[in-house]
Amino acid sequence: MKDQATTTRTMVGQRLPLIDGIEKVTGRAEYTADLDPAGALVGRILRSPASHGRILRIDTTAAEALPGVVAVVTGEDCNVTYGVIPIAMNEYPMARGRVRYRGEPVAAVAAEDARTAEAALDLIEIEIEELPAYGTAAESRAEGAVLLHEGKPGNVEREVHHEFGDPAAGFAEAALVREATFRCAEINHAQMEPHAAVAEYDPERGRLTLHSVTQVPFYVHLTLARCLGLDQSRIRVIKPFVGGGFGSRTEALNFEIIAALLARKAGGRVMMRLTREETFITHRGRPETEVTLKIGMARDGRITAVECETVMAGGAYAGYGLVTILYAGALLHGIYDTPNVKYDGYRVYTNRPPCGAMRGHGTVDVRHAFECLLDRMAREMGLDPFAVRRANLLTAPTRTANDLLVNSYGLGECLDRVEAASGWHDRRGRMGPGRGLGMACSHYVSGAAKPVHWTGEPHAVVSMKLDFDGAITAFTGASDIGQGSTTIVALAAAEVLGVDLGRIRVITNDSAITPKDNGSYSSRVTFMVGNAAIEAARALRAKLVDAAAEKLEADPADIDCIGETFTVRGAEQSALDFHEVVLAALAREGTINVKGTFSCPPEAQGGKHRGGAVGSTMGFSYGAQVAEVSVDIDTGLVTVDKVWAALDCGFAINPLAVEGQIEGSVWMGLGQALGEETRFANGLPVHGNFLDYRVPTAVESPPIEVHIVESIDPLGPFGAKEAGEGALSGAPPAVVNAVADAIGLDLDELPLTPDRVVAALAEARRAAKRKAS
Amino acid sequence: MKRMIRLKINGKSREDVVDDSTLLIDYLRDQRGLTGTKQGCDGGECGACTVLVDGRAVPSCVTLVARCEGAEVETIEGQARAGRLSALQRAFHEHLGAQCGFCTPGMIMAAEALLRRDPDPDETAIRAAIAGNICRCTGYVKIVESVRAAATAMTAEAGA
Repeated sequence: MKDQATTTRTMVGQRLPLIDGIEKVTGRAEYTADLDPAGALVGRILRSPASHGRILRIDTTAAEALPGVVAVVTGEDCNVTYGVIPIAMNEYPMARGRVRYRGEPVAAVAAEDARTAEAALDLIEIEIEELPAYGTAAESRAEGAVLLHEGKPGNVEREVHHEFGDPAAGFAEAALVREATFRCAEINHAQMEPHAAVAEYDPERGRLTLHSVTQVPFYVHLTLARCLGLDQSRIRVIKPFVGGGFGSRTEALNFEIIAALLARKAGGRVMMRLTREETFITHRGRPETEVTLKIGMARDGRITAVECETVMAGGAYAGYGLVTILYAGALLHGIYDTPNVKYDGYRVYTNRPPCGAMRGHGTVDVRHAFECLLDRMAREMGLDPFAVRRANLLTAPTRTANDLLVNSYGLGECLDRVEAASGWHDRRGRMGPGRGLGMACSHYVSGAAKPVHWTGEPHAVVSMKLDFDGAITAFTGASDIGQGSTTIVALAAAEVLGVDLGRIRVITNDSAITPKDNGSYSSRVTFMVGNAAIEAARALRAKLVDAAAEKLEADPADIDCIGETFTVRGAEQSALDFHEVVLAALAREGTINVKGTFSCPPEAQGGKHRGGAVGSTMGFSYGAQVAEVSVDIDTGLVTVDKVWAALDCGFAINPLAVEGQIEGSVWMGLGQALGEETRFANGLPVHGNFLDYRVPTAVESPPIEVHIVESIDPLGPFGAKEAGEGALSGAPPAVVNAVADAIGLDLDELPLTPDRVVAALAEARRAAKRKAS
Repeated sequence: MKRMIRLKINGKSREDVVDDSTLLIDYLRDQRGLTGTKQGCDGGECGACTVLVDGRAVPSCVTLVARCEGAEVETIEGQARAGRLSALQRAFHEHLGAQCGFCTPGMIMAAEALLRRDPDPDETAIRAAIAGNICRCTGYVKIVESVRAAATAMTAEAGA
């Protein structure tokens, strides 16, 4: 990308609105639930009333006999497992033989209207012999616990044991060694759009079309083919506008398959709209995680060794579980110079809705523990938290102890920026009682260098068409879920081609039209799809330049295209306008179709050790942030008053969108820090609405001041890296560290709800009294 | 029970037969095809369905359409004039007040109600006015900026 970095830029680097923003502000943006319901049957799902048990009997006779009911399906209708990780598919769209969490789908109905569908669900008889149910990892792992899945002793889905360098020697060298255990509650993405899918089956042609809220249409496509036994060529998956994802939709989900099964059985169209409660139950959120962390530190703040044990309560099925537990260990690396690291991870099955990927996948709770313990040790050593981070900076390019590539590294500048902006040294410790400042650092991958479904193909393909009208249409399978990937494709094309943004249209996410894309997860899209878009635009540009060169009787190497005008360098008077050149190019070959691809270089694909592909990426984003808090010591209420966040995103292709991503991810981290947690009563989710699941409102959310740092990544599109996840994992520890500064208490549990803070304050008072007496 | 109802939607008078139990959101989306109004929760929790009834921002998912007899209902679809964006729509577009866009129609309607009663709100007033509208993408930072920008633009236009 070197030539891109040196040429003058016209489009990228500017603050621009999203190219599909007008649809969103006018209400014209069509989401899955907005599709025309005319002629569609209404689909509803019957869910298990038990957390764990054997299904003795399901009788659908009465439901099927109800007038208006067109199709009823149960586990009998699909005996094929699915799951996002090819080696860990252990879930059925509807339970077969056994239910493993309360709310697991057991049957579904398609009827002429919602009332009939709901009445039919009431008529389905289900008999379950209950088994002991386990809500926590400790219960599941206890001796004698019933196994949720065969061949997984101790209900451990996956154990990871990694050791790099010489941790024992590192600890021996340390001036201070400290260990602490941190508990982070399970949380949910709570994207604003409830789940929905519309499935249409044409029995005459044997074809299925699915519209869904997915972030990964390609994986949904593969899953539908697998579970319905259909040839992939007979399936079409379309993603309309999607109302947020944050990882909740990075794997095929049960309701998508169930909608398809119903549509096939009914021989028609089925609209499935899940309630908010069902959307919570579908889950795939961040698991409840216990992190026991030991750090060795030299007198100057250098980290000499790290030992980390992580236990995740992953819910009833595998999902992304093994990737999550691997990420948690892999991303101990890559942010600081840590040559000696030992990691033990345990992903445990529990009788709860399955966990999955959530923004900052795998790293958030471990980074939380790390940044909190680092701060505590800094305090004990009499070192400033910024100084401790600076003592451990990497120098890019480098490889980490676990063989990850670090190609660009702006963490030092991030530290400088938030240190200065927050007035850290002038204000900290002088803010009065109950108020404090805390800081933390974080990082995240810009796309997984090895996708979960490895086919050997390029990681991204973008194609472009230029036709008689001079319009350029880009086709991409990249799933815009609000992060702005469609706009990135347009900006990259306009920049490379030197054309007006209005000349470009982007067609997305229809498997019948757009190239395959792995989807929106692991912050891969800007990096991979952006690079593919650049390559496609270059291919198109080369054709236009060739045609212009012929007309201008010049060497193609001397042709410039700026502002839709082609000129010969040094002879600008002989200019051709864009449309003249388009016609000349079309005269040679007719409609022009080009494509660009992106493949991850082998050196970015991680180490050779088992699980070494997870965590590998072309480039890490780096962030530092400072949080200012007030704590009411009577009520335990923690208020975040302001956050200063700096993120090294390589290069900000669209600074406006980068700011939006950083603000959103910091804020989501604040939600996890302050109030978000799932809760269950006898397996029943009691958090399944926005009153009990406490997403911060506008009045509870602080101003967030963003600082963009640009390290210009050598492999990134225009030097860019990810911007949408890296800041999240810094927010919870910055808040906890600020609370420690404010009230002198180190809190080990997230979220910092008032009851937890009050309990900690009371305990501290009791301890002080004991000490005094 | 069914009844005939008369109301205005985005300036146009209508007479429709509705069920007593029909919610305003279902009437708007299913009977009128105005799908710009979104359902984000199971009732009154998230604000995505906010519309204006006689100028007041209400969650249409907990409002019975039968109670809107004679009322003037405004939705996101009625905000643009001859295809040109309203001040709030333009500000949300240009200042990235919308990311995924799902909360956006309700957020804009809540902000519209605010600006009609307070053309020059400060940040606290803006945050209070949208406190019932959850956004999961923006952290509200650019939403607040968008509402401020719209207020400034409207004031400038009124003064010009």
